Amino acid sequence: MIGKGKVGCQRGRQVADITAIHGVTRPLIHVRSVRRKLDIIQSNPSAHGGRGALPSEGGSPSDLLFLAGGERMMLRIKRVPTVVSNYQKDEGEDAARRGGGCGRNCLQKCCIPGAKLPLYTFKRAEEIPGDKCVLEHDDNQAPVAFLDSLLLGQWEDRMQRGLFRYDVTACETKVIPGRCGFMAQLNEGRHLKKRPTEFRVDKVLQPFDGNKFNFTKVGQEEVLFQFDASEDGEVHFFPDAPVDADSSPSVVAINVSPIEYGHVLLIPRILECLPQRIDRESFLLALYMAIEAGNPYFRLGYNSLGAFATINHLHFQAYYLAVPFPIEKAPTRKVTTLGDGVKISELFDYPVRGLVFEGGNTLQDLSNAVSDACIFLQDNNIPHNVLIADCGKRIFLLPQCYAEKQALGEVSSELLDTQVNPAVWEISGHMVLKRKKDYEEASEENAWRLLAEVSLSEERFEEVKALIFEACSYTLSEKEDEHLTQGAGDDKPPLEGTGSINKGRNCNMVSGTQECLVLQ
Amino acid sequence: MEPPQLGLIEQSFNSRYSNWAREALDELPDNFTITDPCISGHPIVFASRGFLKMSGYSRDQVVGRNGRMFQGPNTCRRSVMEIREAIREERGVEISLLNYRKDGTPFWMLFRMAPVFGKDEGRVIHFVAVQVPILRRRQRRRNGEGLCGEILSNSCRREVCSSSSVELAGVSAADSDCRVQAMEGSVWQHVDNYVFPKDCKPLDGFQLISFLQFALVLFTSLEIEEKCEASDTEKQLAATAISNVLSVLTHYSESTGRLVCEKRFGPSLVSSSLHISLGRIKQSFVLVDPHLPDIPIVYASDAFLRMTGYARNEVLGQNCRFLTGVDTDPSALHQIKQSIQAQQACSVRILHYRKDKSSFWNLLHISPVRNATGKIAYFVGVQIEEGSVDRHGLSPEMRQLSVVGSIKVAVRSSSMSYSIH
Repeated sequence: MIGKGKVGCQRGRQVADITAIHGVTRPLIHVRSVRRKLDIIQSNPSAHGGRGALPSEGGSPSDLLFLAGGERMMLRIKRVPTVVSNYQKDEGEDAARRGGGCGRNCLQKCCIPGAKLPLYTFKRAEEIPGDKCVLEHDDNQAPVAFLDSLLLGQWEDRMQRGLFRYDVTACETKVIPGRCGFMAQLNEGRHLKKRPTEFRVDKVLQPFDGNKFNFTKVGQEEVLFQFDASEDGEVHFFPDAPVDADSSPSVVAINVSPIEYGHVLLIPRILECLPQRIDRESFLLALYMAIEAGNPYFRLGYNSLGAFATINHLHFQAYYLAVPFPIEKAPTRKVTTLGDGVKISELFDYPVRGLVFEGGNTLQDLSNAVSDACIFLQDNNIPHNVLIADCGKRIFLLPQCYAEKQALGEVSSELLDTQVNPAVWEISGHMVLKRKKDYEEASEENAWRLLAEVSLSEERFEEVKALIFEACSYTLSEKEDEHLTQGAGDDKPPLEGTGSINKGRNCNMVSGTQECLVLQ
Repeated sequence: MEPPQLGLIEQSFNSRYSNWAREALDELPDNFTITDPCISGHPIVFASRGFLKMSGYSRDQVVGRNGRMFQGPNTCRRSVMEIREAIREERGVEISLLNYRKDGTPFWMLFRMAPVFGKDEGRVIHFVAVQVPILRRRQRRRNGEGLCGEILSNSCRREVCSSSSVELAGVSAADSDCRVQAMEGSVWQHVDNYVFPKDCKPLDGFQLISFLQFALVLFTSLEIEEKCEASDTEKQLAATAISNVLSVLTHYSESTGRLVCEKRFGPSLVSSSLHISLGRIKQSFVLVDPHLPDIPIVYASDAFLRMTGYARNEVLGQNCRFLTGVDTDPSALHQIKQSIQAQQACSVRILHYRKDKSSFWNLLHISPVRNATGKIAYFVGVQIEEGSVDRHGLSPEMRQLSVVGSIKVAVRSSSMSYSIH
């Protein structure tokens, strides 16, 4: 059932190729300690819930990477990337097209001048927040909010124009019986029978690569509307607004391989070509979108690199599903409340360990608490997923390690065969299955088992949790501090100091440096 | 959005239960509300005297509004979600919930809700919700004495060691909450009252501040954020109250001939949860079922009824042809029929007639709608009167498509659960 568990063995083995996983060679030396900022700490040697020992019982593969000083030991997996745009081609084809005008309506310099797209500008709710849903519609049940209508209408329009690869509503779906309510969908059309591409999974921060597919290459017909803050504090809609490159617009585009109805991509400041990593401004934009839609069944998700994001161009995903997600139903235990009112809890009785953020004196407080935690994780090379639920009132942050396990051959072939890549939606309890057999046999037990593989072990989660808290409470004394957390949209190489977090609070933490803590 | 007209609210109640029902309900001492999920907005149609007293509102301020008006910043979102899901699934729920009175003060109560089914319709026509305030074990909460006693006895004794209460009093955190300062006296008294071992070392400043912060956090968190469990007595009260209300309603529905009961009876046109989801959509549309003979209407929105002038019971179960009249172009009808057979979407401009025989040009859009099985469950027809303008500037086509989208989500999602049929 669980991977090839070997506790505390010698590290001289070659990891076998399992369903196209790139092999990794590891040296004979087993480093028994985790190197952190000039401080060698004896790590605990406990097995990680019996799921197979990663060298992180002693050192992480990235530590080995660091010590060995070389790139040749990076962790990679191969998978067929999901096609999210009709213009997403194989690497080879893409390169061939690079030269010359593209001859169609994309979002690059060739086609942007003169381009027009609908524009929705939202009102920034600066003050007491998250109750926007409550305050605005306090007399009666919220009617379908305008943004909701706009998005659904535009999406249906693209459906009728045949822009999607398949009709997702024709895919059978069900709630799996059980107390958790996992959802399963049989979707044979989503995955392509194409050759798999290699993805590096040990680096959460990777620089943007213009040669690879990115969202400026999508067709304008795949873009539903521009989404930005309004200048005058009122909501506005312009059915036909020019795309102003100088104003760095953010857009909402369709995902041509939808998981559910209304599956879209929110791409903050698309023309700036930001790599897939969280910054405060972008996260806040995503939160505003959740609030504006005003629909608790419209959720936004984020996958970091290494946590099954396939495109290294900053984007969030969203779709509609009017049933509660298992993760939303999971009980939580309060952990702390920050000085700015943000309440942090942790999930329990759920296969994946994670944190829940709620409250906050203002929306910015909540947004920043989550972004800062994400920035910390990405700076420390911990892959993670984020789910924005309940109209932006509850945000789930889930560090994960499945890709690393997969690269190291620690995942059972049974699970690999389902080809479920546990990204944010899967972790939240919504599984898309490509084989009828898996769909028919889907059970709460299977789903739980798969997700349990994704989770950090208890020890590791506790470590990461403690470090995140330091990162979040850091914002309390931000005013006194010179260091700012990572600014928005700059192209600084990821390794440069960001949010240096050691503030003399008895923590021996790593600031964003080469020490990669890709541990289980 | 304007609140549903008072007329609708009144009718929700009066059409079901005889006049004596209100009196009988008013005689019950319990706190409860009755809501109607079939009116858009799922408003309260009746609130008991006890409820109004508990919440501090007057009847006018409550009837016609949705229950979320009593929620606030510290209301647990998960609990709200549980209630929402129970409504969608047409079942009861019992959960403790933090609500807010009119004056803004929060209070914990045990919320217990039960569905009331219409015997003929076979679906939920009302929800009854009972609220039992959860009392603290110690009454003297304001000065914190009782609660602090609890805190200290349960947690702090081992951590706190001090040679004198004066020392403690002097070190109250400078920026502490005024609530703490208000209760300072009693905290310190309590600390003093506990016996500390004689050989205890005095706390250093840092430890003291930690303790105070700890106590403060505990106090405020117990005050508001901790999940509050109802006692057995309180649960019993809730059960009795629900039972009382349901008895009254069942009894007084007999004389109107429109019986209600506690359990569902027979098949329904569309499930209650789908009904509620569709109620959020403000435009004119109908759902028809292509699997039933003569493809009848199984759902009609309020806006459709307003546009055509018909009452709901006049259209449900009927084929849409009643909208056509002498000057309706047969080829438009033919196009519609063909699209339905081909299971495709189509848009037609067709002349339709209202109940009062006046005609209007209808920009009609029809689309198949699938449910969770992936198969077509309904066709939706969205009507837009030619010449009407949307305040947001959306074209008629776009408006219609957004209705289609909302309906597709609603139908697909509501049929996913194995428990709903």
